[in-house]
Amino acid sequence: MTGALERSALLDAPAIARAIDRISSDIVTFAGAAGRLVLVGIQRRGVELADRIGARIRDRHAVEVEHGALDITLYRDDLNEIGPRPVIGETRLPRTLDGRMVVIVDDVLFTGRTIRAALDQIADFGRPARIGLAVLIDRGGRELPIQADIVGERVTAGPHDRVDVLLEEVDGRDAVELVRRAPA
Amino acid sequence: MTEPLGKDLLGLEPLSAEQIRLILDTAEPFKEVSERAIKKVPTLRGKTIVNLFFESSTRTRISFEFAEKRLSADTVNVAAVGSSVSKGETLVDTARNLEAMRIDMVVIRHGASGAARFLAERIQSNVINAGDGTHEHPTQGLLDLLTIRDKLGHVRGRKVCICGDILHSRVARSNIWGLLKLGAEVAVCGPYSLLPRGIEDLGVTIFRRIEEAIEWADVLNVLRLQLERMNAGFIPSLREYYRVFGVTQERLERAPRELVILHPGPMNRGVEIDSRVADGPHSVILHQVTNGVAVRMAVLYLLTGGRPEQAEAAKRGREGGE
Repeated sequence: MTGALERSALLDAPAIARAIDRISSDIVTFAGAAGRLVLVGIQRRGVELADRIGARIRDRHAVEVEHGALDITLYRDDLNEIGPRPVIGETRLPRTLDGRMVVIVDDVLFTGRTIRAALDQIADFGRPARIGLAVLIDRGGRELPIQADIVGERVTAGPHDRVDVLLEEVDGRDAVELVRRAPA
Repeated sequence: MTEPLGKDLLGLEPLSAEQIRLILDTAEPFKEVSERAIKKVPTLRGKTIVNLFFESSTRTRISFEFAEKRLSADTVNVAAVGSSVSKGETLVDTARNLEAMRIDMVVIRHGASGAARFLAERIQSNVINAGDGTHEHPTQGLLDLLTIRDKLGHVRGRKVCICGDILHSRVARSNIWGLLKLGAEVAVCGPYSLLPRGIEDLGVTIFRRIEEAIEWADVLNVLRLQLERMNAGFIPSLREYYRVFGVTQERLERAPRELVILHPGPMNRGVEIDSRVADGPHSVILHQVTNGVAVRMAVLYLLTGGRPEQAEAAKRGREGGE
């Protein structure tokens, strides 16, 4: 599995900003009277995205949102095969999720296994009234019957391609890139 | 990239500073798991762990058991008393029989130094040393390091004095290795009869008087005086020990700085430690117990899975994965 990596840009910074605007207003519509809205970002870049979306919802829509972060490592279904992931991020959720409107936020939706793990984990924290899913990028390739309610951008990527979401807070710049392995 | 821990955790001596830091960093998120309403994650679901205790233990065994259960492993406790061990079965036979029942991990406490390694070399399962003779007690060393880091921010450059029976103490040995690797300054203080010969060769300072140790240190790790050693004539009397080496309120009041007081338990109040100190504001003894569960969860998590051949197969199946 060698061969050079080809990177091509899918979204630039302004396109990401526009996508976050759309996601924010879609979440407000989706949540209805969103007084009880909780945005739960999935470690790592989902947390930053949830922060940006939350700020946008507060500014534009004057709706209060609570934030949470979820690290799903301990709920993965493939720890046996890949071995433990050394770095586990923080999990931090509001005191109770019972009766809340929870929107899971992640950067890329691919197989759906991360979201499956997140749903299991949220169930251990309480019983939300409703759980939604918002992602910046849907790249297809699902292995489970899981779909996003709100999508920033849909892209087409092959099963061996990688979609990298880079965010200012973590990576120093905003970009979405397709990483394709050149045929060896 | 930090080297993985490998199959077993036998001691802190064979670990690198990076590996020790990896365990401590991994323990952080596990602290939060124990604060949840549902104190359980499914990480080790389907794994079977045997706690094989040839010596009595309350704290360590319960702590391991909580750690295992909070990771959803199935656990079996085997105590030497009341098992076929008391009928003369050898350690290896016991372990092989357990392994034939398809277990995944063994947590072993044994009176003989090297028992954990002996077992690890002979069975497939992961082996975690929960104390072997006077050799090592790595998870205790790790939880002490985590507690010092919690209280003082970092271990590097901190002055830690281990007080009491160093000669017979596996806790002392694991502490010395861990502290030195993480860059602490380490000293020991105790009666000459209870200090191992040549300990200064490890780079450890020796204090003969507890007052000097208190004046020097940021942290005192006060070890249990193993009362069973009394008969062997290592010290004249318990009262004498308390008078000369006891960590008392009066002695701490003369310290130039606030000390952090650790004790691995069980305590002999009025022998190595004054009750007022044990229950006082500088004591972090219960914090150590809480951290013990988190550290053991981290070790169980890091040792499980990750078999190289499975990792290779999984990588082939997941090229370009999330």
